Amino acid sequence: MIARAVRRVAPQGDARIWVFASVAIALLVLAPVVALIAIAAQGSGDLWPHLARYVLPQSIRDTGLLLLGVGIIVVTIGVGTAWLVSACRFPGRALFDWALLLPLAVPTYIVAFAYLDVLHPLGPVQTAMRVLLGIEDVRGFWLPEIRSLWGACLLLGLVLYPYVYLSARALFLMQSASALEAARTLGATGTGTFFRVALPLARPAIVIGTTLALLEALNDIGASEFLGVRTLTVSIYSTWLNRSSLPGAAQIALVMLAAVIALVLFERWARRKQHFAGHARRTHPPSPVPLGGLAAFGAVVACAMPIILGFLVPTLYLASAAWTRLETFGLSPRILSETRNTIGFAVIATAVTLVLGLVLAYAVRLDRGGLATAAARLASLGYAIPGTVLAVGLLTPLAAFDNLADGFMRQLFGIGTGLLIAGSGAALVIAYVTRFLAISAGGIEAGFAKIPSSFDGAARSLGETAAGTVRRVHLPLLSPALGAAAILVFVDCMKELPATLLLRPIGFETLATHIYAEASRGTYEDGAVAALLIVLVGLGPVVLLARMSRPIPALSERSDQVRSTERSL
Amino acid sequence: MNRHLAARGLAAALALASLSTAAVAQEEVNLYTTREAGLIQPLLDAFTKDTKIKVNAIFIKDGLAERVKTEGANSPADVLMTVDIGNLLDTVDQGVTQAVQSEALSSAIPAHLRDKDGHWYALSLRARLIYASKERVKDTKMTYESLADPKWKGKVCIRSGTHPYNTALIAAHIVHHGEAKTEQWLTGIKNNLARKASGGDREVARDILGGICDVGVANSYYVGLMRSGAGGPDQDKWGAAINPLLATFENGGTHVNISGASIAKNAPNKANAVKLLEYLVSNDAQAIYAKANFEYPVRPSAQIDPIIASFGKLTSDPIDLRAVAKARKAATSLVDKVGFNN
Repeated sequence: MIARAVRRVAPQGDARIWVFASVAIALLVLAPVVALIAIAAQGSGDLWPHLARYVLPQSIRDTGLLLLGVGIIVVTIGVGTAWLVSACRFPGRALFDWALLLPLAVPTYIVAFAYLDVLHPLGPVQTAMRVLLGIEDVRGFWLPEIRSLWGACLLLGLVLYPYVYLSARALFLMQSASALEAARTLGATGTGTFFRVALPLARPAIVIGTTLALLEALNDIGASEFLGVRTLTVSIYSTWLNRSSLPGAAQIALVMLAAVIALVLFERWARRKQHFAGHARRTHPPSPVPLGGLAAFGAVVACAMPIILGFLVPTLYLASAAWTRLETFGLSPRILSETRNTIGFAVIATAVTLVLGLVLAYAVRLDRGGLATAAARLASLGYAIPGTVLAVGLLTPLAAFDNLADGFMRQLFGIGTGLLIAGSGAALVIAYVTRFLAISAGGIEAGFAKIPSSFDGAARSLGETAAGTVRRVHLPLLSPALGAAAILVFVDCMKELPATLLLRPIGFETLATHIYAEASRGTYEDGAVAALLIVLVGLGPVVLLARMSRPIPALSERSDQVRSTERSL
Repeated sequence: MNRHLAARGLAAALALASLSTAAVAQEEVNLYTTREAGLIQPLLDAFTKDTKIKVNAIFIKDGLAERVKTEGANSPADVLMTVDIGNLLDTVDQGVTQAVQSEALSSAIPAHLRDKDGHWYALSLRARLIYASKERVKDTKMTYESLADPKWKGKVCIRSGTHPYNTALIAAHIVHHGEAKTEQWLTGIKNNLARKASGGDREVARDILGGICDVGVANSYYVGLMRSGAGGPDQDKWGAAINPLLATFENGGTHVNISGASIAKNAPNKANAVKLLEYLVSNDAQAIYAKANFEYPVRPSAQIDPIIASFGKLTSDPIDLRAVAKARKAATSLVDKVGFNN
């Protein structure tokens, strides 16, 4: 419909340039996947019988249980709190509304090492319990071992639920009050309304948030390693490093990627018959139900716990560890340049990711055929590949390009350009873009969907080009969607560790690589300052995101954005 | 706002690109290391002070060889530094090293700690010890084999069985006793574990103080790092809670692994790279290895740090490190087979 309307005014060649550009972007993102296929094709000898017998059954089970556990936790916390803050009124609601997003600023590997320390027999919790209970012996009081599958589920769930919260809250706030009121009129209780009307209506939004959270959990390496959980991603790692078989690792990674794609497609297929009419513009938002007494208290506790456990505990712990560190050893001079690098590269990568996302999304809008849509979906695959695997896949094409360019320049001008991309840090930007393009493309596509196609028609008939229409009509209207996408991408880039570690140029460190370096020396405490900085730098954008997504117009952008992020996954 | 951001990003990218090609005037050497650079920083600083050659170091934990390989002829890497004999030989096998001969190197390093063709050189040694609780364990001598003794049930701490330090230890056990016995041994240790095989070496000491376990396996230099106060006041207590035992194999000595280095195949600053290696085995540098890092020096004449010397006299296991490296694959397979990390 939109495409047809535009087609009437868009000259053929105009659209073709955009489609061409978006296909080029998709090819860029696919390059590492193709490289991985090539690596996998080298063959892994007699590896698979061993893997199939001893490694995979266990790591598939652990991965499955981890995803199940994390899934249950993020859905319970994310949907539950989103419903409370959007449909109920209780003390502190306005605070919880944005504070529930805070754990988004805490990387998974940081929450893992913070809790290992906090819950250790020598840590504050057990020490306090022993004092309280009057136990002298350090072995007298035991907590269940956090270094376990359930520990990993809990810790990952505590920092990943905001993805679900964000999408579910946006949808609950947008949900037409009439559907909920109709349910009440027909005699449904508050709980009944939630389970039988609001929840089913919110399913797509919940699926989107959960997909993002689960992909993060699946690709996590730092926390899983700390907690001793043998996920598939850990197996990919150890196949590469301990069995010295990069082809074997690439094979597992590709199988995992295929499984992810299959699952996403399956979920979409499973609700193919459901239709959602959540787009109505003129609905009034449901008015929150006031809670009293015990219910209000329960709501406060339910909203406070995730913030305390997912944000306050790790952050306060880091702050105290950082303080001890600073007192004893002072501030490392490296920290300043590391912070600068972290922010600088996250900003550059975010900018590029947004521009490319814009191209992908606009091509989808212009193009009637499936080519642009296919390109946009393929360009989003990077989010489903573990960071290190993606980085290894990127090494080959990037270095090949560098060496080709170098040879060319030498022959032509007698000047060697050396490692133009790999040596300059551009490789990092490419890695971030490849990994997080799904977030920006999806968000912008959804933003576009809200701009009536008649606007394009009007602009074009007044003589604007396609690019001019984007610049002067779309961009101003898209700014909330762009802003939200920018913040999510920025925070993700800043937290990114595995690809950064492998692809950064010589002499270049970020806060994340600093923490990893300390951790790999067994001196996590030394990383506390850097870890605290990552959380603090991420905090500003997260709070901004929470504020942006609150007012009604921006709010519907947000939910659409997340919706189409899923579409693009 | 967006255009502004994008413009700034582009400007920054260009500035970075020009930076990377600009700095060539000063004498320098590029070091790729799987060893966290902070550990060797004192050595690098001393080298720069001595020679005015700047060292650019990058810590690449995983994929160092892959990166150098794909960078190809344009790789800036001069020196490749790795920990663990297996990782060192992997780098050589990947074909990213070159042979260098140097009188200074071959005279300082005993023959069994360097490649006969000069593809790799060991720079320092570390022993794999058993930490025993001062409070709860009376043994002053232990063998690696005894860790499988049921008397330690629920009392053993160790890091992941697939960590290179443990892989090498298990591989050494295979060289001594064969695969079948090693499988039994691993199963025995697995049954004795107090917690999942995970975490790091220092946590063994912390967990012993925390009462989680009584004995554990960890490297020698961590004792120095903890007891010297370099790790802060908490680690001091961890270090004080343990007795570091120079464990041995029943029919051999203490398992010793190496940190070492190679010269990259396409090293742009080869002469400086050789200078760096020669410096690292000099008396001065070996003293720093011993004092700042608490490692055993590779140069026989160099002094061992008093904290490390207090463990007693080190009797290295006589088996060939190359044989250990060869048995690594079998070791990893056994770890998978007995579900050591599960």
